[in-house]
Amino acid sequence: MPGAIVQEPEGEYFHAPWEPRVMAMVVAMGPTGMSNIDMNRAARETLPNYRDLSYYEIWLAALEKLALQKGVLGDTPPPPKQVLHAETAIATIKKGFSASRPASAPARFSIGDRVITTAAPPDHHTRLPAYARGKQGVIAQVHGVHVFPDTNARALGESPQWLYTVAFAAQELWGERAPAPHSVISIDAFEPYLEPA
Amino acid sequence: MSEHEHHDHEPHAQRAPSALEMRVRALEALLTEKGYIDPAALDVLIDEYQTKIGPRNGAQVVARAWVHPEFRRWLLQDATAAIASLGFSGRQGEHMVAVENTPEVHNMVVCTLCSCYPWSVLGLPPTWYKSAPYRARAVKDPRGVLEEFGVQLPQSTQIRIWDSTAEVRYLVLPQRPAGTDHLSERELANLVTRDSMIGTGLPASAA
Repeated sequence: MPGAIVQEPEGEYFHAPWEPRVMAMVVAMGPTGMSNIDMNRAARETLPNYRDLSYYEIWLAALEKLALQKGVLGDTPPPPKQVLHAETAIATIKKGFSASRPASAPARFSIGDRVITTAAPPDHHTRLPAYARGKQGVIAQVHGVHVFPDTNARALGESPQWLYTVAFAAQELWGERAPAPHSVISIDAFEPYLEPA
Repeated sequence: MSEHEHHDHEPHAQRAPSALEMRVRALEALLTEKGYIDPAALDVLIDEYQTKIGPRNGAQVVARAWVHPEFRRWLLQDATAAIASLGFSGRQGEHMVAVENTPEVHNMVVCTLCSCYPWSVLGLPPTWYKSAPYRARAVKDPRGVLEEFGVQLPQSTQIRIWDSTAEVRYLVLPQRPAGTDHLSERELANLVTRDSMIGTGLPASAA
């Protein structure tokens, strides 16, 4: 079991003078199209020393890695889609970057359906956590169709999929000795992660 | 070295930049030179996330829901639209869901895979939310985590943990503290803590 949780007062966002710069660079690089949010997460999670780095060290190392991979630092960088300037930066982030996409097929599951999650982890980026693999749960919410991280992270396209909240009983995930036996844990799972139970 | 000596030093010699600072400066200079980044935009973003976008946004949402039943219904039905009506929208708040605490159910939010957090209403996440201990323990031992935050719930309370594994972001709507009937919406917002909207805390009680 990992260690204690160190609490922090509200409004204490940064712990070194370079951290806000890294946060802002990562936010500003979004609209340039260099990489998408799933590529960013995959780049962070595959850093060899991920567990030894602080949060913003991870962001920095992943940004360096992607900038090199995508040729942004080379002699002929691909032109950015959109560059944030002082006048446009806030309006752009307030508009946000929706992950919703139009549906091309009806949803396979409805609220209340019993499902079982995929057991075997794939050999690429995915968003089904290990603790919720091969487990039975119930569809609790249907969120519409969203960009599929498993393909988007690998530059294989958005391949949008239905997204569901799937709720699990604590005992299903942690066994009869679950520390909080009456609790319910949910994940947000894409349709390809699920089969009817 | 005593603290006194340390302070005496500072006006004379600027602290040497750390290796990390040098890396960050080098990357910013390169991305600027290649035409990807405008440093003036970074200044604006930093100011926005340090002084404007933070948990006081979420506190306004919660206080409004406590005071206006219509708004509460809207928030629970379509949180993204209800929250946007107060001017809070955008990055990492595009797909909002509000989950309501009741005497029977206590909600708690985590991102076990990384550190997904509702930036538009809570701002940048605290370090503990991004840390391995919270991410691992929240889903397995929520009562132990809550105890560390000083929250003790009756055994009969069901704990409902929301792991933000996709682009949906969760805001906990805490229970309105007792004895607050006389407070204004603005005064109520002052009772709403960041942790109460993550579900690791409860609102402050009325003074």
